[in-house]
Amino acid sequence: MIQGISIYEILTLTSIIFFIGLYGFLTRKNLITMLLSIELIFNASAINFVVINKYLFPENLQGVFFAIFIIAVAAAEAALAIAIIINLYKLITSVEVKDTETMKY
Amino acid sequence: MERIIFYILALIMIVFAIKAVSSRKMLRSVIYLLFVLMGIAGIYFLVDYTFLAAVQLAVYAGGVIVLIIFSVLLVHHIELQLDEATLKSRISAIVLSLVGGGLTLFTIWTYQFSPVENYKAIEVADIGRGLLSYGDGGFILPFEVISVLLVAVMIGAIVIAKGKRLEQ
Repeated sequence: MIQGISIYEILTLTSIIFFIGLYGFLTRKNLITMLLSIELIFNASAINFVVINKYLFPENLQGVFFAIFIIAVAAAEAALAIAIIINLYKLITSVEVKDTETMKY
Repeated sequence: MERIIFYILALIMIVFAIKAVSSRKMLRSVIYLLFVLMGIAGIYFLVDYTFLAAVQLAVYAGGVIVLIIFSVLLVHHIELQLDEATLKSRISAIVLSLVGGGLTLFTIWTYQFSPVENYKAIEVADIGRGLLSYGDGGFILPFEVISVLLVAVMIGAIVIAKGKRLEQ
């Protein structure tokens, strides 16, 4: 644990980052910037796993494993999402959300 | 000392997170996200999970950000500015985030956590043993599932990104 820092302060920080990511996800109109907001949300939740593991259950390592799995899944998700975005750009030369109705078939 | 470092990191992360979701240049918002991810690696270093910090730096700062930068360069004109959301949708998003954040913070601050004093660093060998053990608290099955998932994603990304043009 961090000397002089309580769990409340870290959880406050991660909640703020999570809801900044949520704000970005709701207001952005572009697929790539929406992906950035999702990355913010993923990272905030990964810190929560790690910090709760460190502060409350230091004898187990479950939080670390979950953080590793979150990082792996987020990397996979980013790769797949970018493949889809590039394919979409080839089809309609745009990555705006309002232009993406060609995916619906 | 750790306290000061934590507050500096927190300030950097919040400022750059806000800039990342509100900047109108796409490449800049990716770089701002890079600073946030590095701050998160700093938090992992502060809680003595150095392996996780290294993974964070290698996979996120090294991998995902480069991937996103390449895709931005491929699909977006650099000097183009992003469309801004309408004032109404921005206000409703801010209200929604503030209400959700306030509710979460209220729940966190009223809950009584009982932290355990500890300053021992974990070793990478413990993480490896935990990931590969099939005993109590072992994570061998999720580990294998993740490796299958990574292969599936690799093949899927290649197949999807090859694609077809519309006129064909």
